[in-house]
Amino acid sequence: MSNTDNSLIEFGVTGSETEQTPETGTLTEDTQSIISTRGLDVWYGDDHALQDVDMDIPKNRVTAIIGPSGCGKSTFLRCLNRMNDMVETARIEGEVRFNGTNVYDDDVDAIALRRQIGMVFQHPNPFPKSIYDNVAYGLRVQDKPVNDEIIETALRRAALWDEVEGQLDKSARDLSGGQQQRLCIARAIAVDPDVVLMDEPASALDPVATSKIEDLIEELAEEYTVVIVTHNMQQAARISDKTAVFLTGGKLAEFDDTQKIFENPESQRVEDYITGKFG
Amino acid sequence: MTPGLVLVFVLCLLFPLGVLAWRRFQSGESNLGLAAPFLIIGGTAIGVLVANATGFAGPEPWLDWQFVTSAHSRHPEEAGLYPAIIGSFFIMMVMAVFAFPVSIGAAIYLEEYAPSTGWRGRVVQLIQVNIANLAGVPSVVYGLLGLAIIARALRLGTGAVTTAAFTLGLLIMPITIISAQEAIRAVPDEHRQASYAMGASDWHTLRRVVLPEALPGILTGTILSLGRAIGETAPLIMIGAATTVYSPPTTLNDSVSAMPMQIFAWAGEFIADFRTGVLSAGVLTLLLAMLSMNAVAILIRNRYEQEQT
Repeated sequence: MSNTDNSLIEFGVTGSETEQTPETGTLTEDTQSIISTRGLDVWYGDDHALQDVDMDIPKNRVTAIIGPSGCGKSTFLRCLNRMNDMVETARIEGEVRFNGTNVYDDDVDAIALRRQIGMVFQHPNPFPKSIYDNVAYGLRVQDKPVNDEIIETALRRAALWDEVEGQLDKSARDLSGGQQQRLCIARAIAVDPDVVLMDEPASALDPVATSKIEDLIEELAEEYTVVIVTHNMQQAARISDKTAVFLTGGKLAEFDDTQKIFENPESQRVEDYITGKFG
Repeated sequence: MTPGLVLVFVLCLLFPLGVLAWRRFQSGESNLGLAAPFLIIGGTAIGVLVANATGFAGPEPWLDWQFVTSAHSRHPEEAGLYPAIIGSFFIMMVMAVFAFPVSIGAAIYLEEYAPSTGWRGRVVQLIQVNIANLAGVPSVVYGLLGLAIIARALRLGTGAVTTAAFTLGLLIMPITIISAQEAIRAVPDEHRQASYAMGASDWHTLRRVVLPEALPGILTGTILSLGRAIGETAPLIMIGAATTVYSPPTTLNDSVSAMPMQIFAWAGEFIADFRTGVLSAGVLTLLLAMLSMNAVAILIRNRYEQEQT
């Protein structure tokens, strides 16, 4: 309980205070960035999983992260809400600025941070509780009021309401995989975070469920910043505004508007990856 | 039987029962339960027939109300298990209060909080191996430990309720810890991750996600441990628990007997009725106590499991 006391720390809302540099990964347009990383390095034991990543993630946009397996996509995502803290062997250097505050500063409470940066995982992981209790979980954990209205809004936003209306006390385990994943999205947005991180949210789902999730992500971007890891390139092309390409060795190869990445990438290796020559 | 009585009987019992059975039959669910009354009536009738035909008067019941309400006596017909039943119950209560919180706490620490890397991780591993080994140590060794440390060094008294409870508690702790650890480990890591990603603290995650999911498994472990503890005899002999006491313990320092101790004592009696009749009744009582304890625990476990899914 004691570590929730720091939750009062406010993250500044001034946007990125770091200078806009012309290197890869930084913003050149006037879009406000909500998360910026500078010189981000991650080691798992001796394994250098992420190398010197500079990236500015724009607010209220969908940013896709693509790359071959083991390139550090998920590692990068988990740095943003400090989920890597749970890995005992992980060592992280560099800065992750969320609304201008470095989330790895000593006085930043990871729990308070995760309340503002929600996360959806690869495999749908609802708790073995009722649908209602699943959506209410975050609110209860954060001592926020729980009422039917909030639950309904979250389920509506996650495009699940019509399918579960009137059976909210049913176990979440009885839902189909795609419904479970939308429930997980509802659970993540019920607490009204600023950013929603998604780690390959559709990779365990069938095509119909996948397209529902994709529609949902585009809608979510109106209110939230969405960062989505995917190894489905078409998916990234369809739903994202910005795309980051990680290549082997945990290096950010290129980060730009999605259209540019897919039509006219700067580097040859990125083009090879996009066109399917490797990866 | 007067016609009026028959009418009352039919109206009050048979008619509602028939309606109930008919509805049940109509509902199309499993109808196996409807056979129960026929089974009971038919079984009784067959029993009566066989007894009449063979002239066998049935077994002599040694396990009766007198047996569970009186103490040991020189006469087999008057002997009973009452002080030992209360003694066993007393020991189990004290043991559960002391051993289960410690065991479950240890399991939670080892699974959720203990470091797994560095020199501290190695210490934890050593502890783990030791717990596994302790689960296999013969119970008589725990009796020696209880005698030397709990009864003598801590001066809790030979054969006292607390001494017996702590000794049996030490005996069941490794088993309880290991089974609780397994139950906690079986909670998918994805659920913990989901909880942490929602901004839950360690404590929240433990209390709202991990423990509710692990509880049925933890309870199963405690059931098995209780079952083992209530039947243990060797450690009780070692700590000097009485074989026969004539009144149940009233305080925690009183000398106590337990059901297996009393049964053990009866096995050595000179009068044959003790060894055949009274002893069997004692064993049956012990078994019944154990089974009903387990049944209650299983009911609790099932209720939690239903709430979960």
